[in-house]
Amino acid sequence: MSRRRPSPLAPFGPPRPDPSRRAFLAAGLRSAGLLALGGLACDSARPRAGFLGAMERLNERFERALFDPKRLAPELPEEDDTAPEDFPAYKISRAFPAAPAGWALRVGGLVARPLLLSGADLQRLPRTSVRVRHHCVEGWSAVASWQGARLSEVARLAGADPRARYVEFRSFDAGYWSSWDLESALHPQTILAYGMNGAPLAMEYGAPLRLYSAVKLGYKMVKYLTEVSFLPERSGGYWEDQGYEWFAGV
Amino acid sequence: MARPTQPALIRLTHWANLVLFAIMAGSGLRILAAHPMLGAVGEEYRWVPFQGTRPPAFLTLGGWLAGARHWHFAFASLFVLNALVYLAYFVASGEWRRRLFFPRRDARNAWETLLHDLRLRRAAPGEHGLYNGMQRLAYTGVLATAPLLVLTGLALFKPVQLPRLTALLGGYDLARALHLGVLVALAAFTVVHVVQVALHPRTLVDMTVGRRARHEGGPT
Repeated sequence: MSRRRPSPLAPFGPPRPDPSRRAFLAAGLRSAGLLALGGLACDSARPRAGFLGAMERLNERFERALFDPKRLAPELPEEDDTAPEDFPAYKISRAFPAAPAGWALRVGGLVARPLLLSGADLQRLPRTSVRVRHHCVEGWSAVASWQGARLSEVARLAGADPRARYVEFRSFDAGYWSSWDLESALHPQTILAYGMNGAPLAMEYGAPLRLYSAVKLGYKMVKYLTEVSFLPERSGGYWEDQGYEWFAGV
Repeated sequence: MARPTQPALIRLTHWANLVLFAIMAGSGLRILAAHPMLGAVGEEYRWVPFQGTRPPAFLTLGGWLAGARHWHFAFASLFVLNALVYLAYFVASGEWRRRLFFPRRDARNAWETLLHDLRLRRAAPGEHGLYNGMQRLAYTGVLATAPLLVLTGLALFKPVQLPRLTALLGGYDLARALHLGVLVALAAFTVVHVVQVALHPRTLVDMTVGRRARHEGGPT
């Protein structure tokens, strides 16, 4: 995935000292003009501003209206599996990060019973398996089967408060994180996965625990999970803060 | 009473379509550049040429993947809205009669025009109304193909929420290949269209300011 490019408006920051009054006025006019245009125009480096931003807000409302929390993505047959070595594995850190010693998943925020779940605790929860198409924002798609516990089950155990409309996911992969709308997080095909293709989750795919879902683009499915928080307000995310869509449903 | 060769609403939607189509194509190509292979990971459609080649930067819009996606989704609804305005006028005004290809009326003229254009036939085909048979065939082809662009686009946008549409189009990866295929077909049409306009500059004037037809012979 490409990183955000520096904004073309960056040089328009602090004006260079210039004793000439004319230059100062010209700079002022230029700034005012740019600001006015900025409100209307499309700036690829700042897609949350101007026309692009306004349309994204509209588009998100459309996406959320279209999202049906009961609609399941088709479960695929085993023959649709992508060859395991071909399933792409992305990371933010330089190397695939290893779980810290004594790893456990912290579940908190607006919940009645904050939880600390070890790998063994998670394995004791009802086990579910999904084999759905994985959609990456880049355009590729791939198929594998994923085993884990439903996030809705964890929310029930923790006693998530009805005021919590959002869920935030943190990881130990160098600051990678994301946040979701509650409806997508509680979707029956949204799981905390500790297994892939029937084997324990490999380090490349987010061991010991990752988020996996049928209803979101790949970058929303946080790997190397450390923390799940139920929140009343929405927060951002690693890619979302750089300009990628926040809702990112499929 | 003679009707204008190009009614105002057709001119307006035509030029709006040019701008919107360019934005959609440019941002779409930038999205494609993020993963210029077609087909599921590990099983690419080998028959598709130029796979893995990123579209040249000068054809793309949006700068980076997120930027291009915002452009694409911001203008998609305007692109569709403009097409719907055109379509509503096209049907309600009766313009479809002189623009659509009807085999019985236009096939012979289309064939003669083709032979004439290829310099295989010296005699020019007779007057045939606003458009000759080949033009009607081409424009009808565009009108028949363009909805596929929107439908494949929707399937790529919401493959889970619109599962029947995605299945109808052969699944996510085939929908993606079709989406690009229709773009290539429409781009090819545009190239021929521009060449034809360059050869007959008067049509450009008609499409811009409109002109009352003094007479309009032939079947309409």
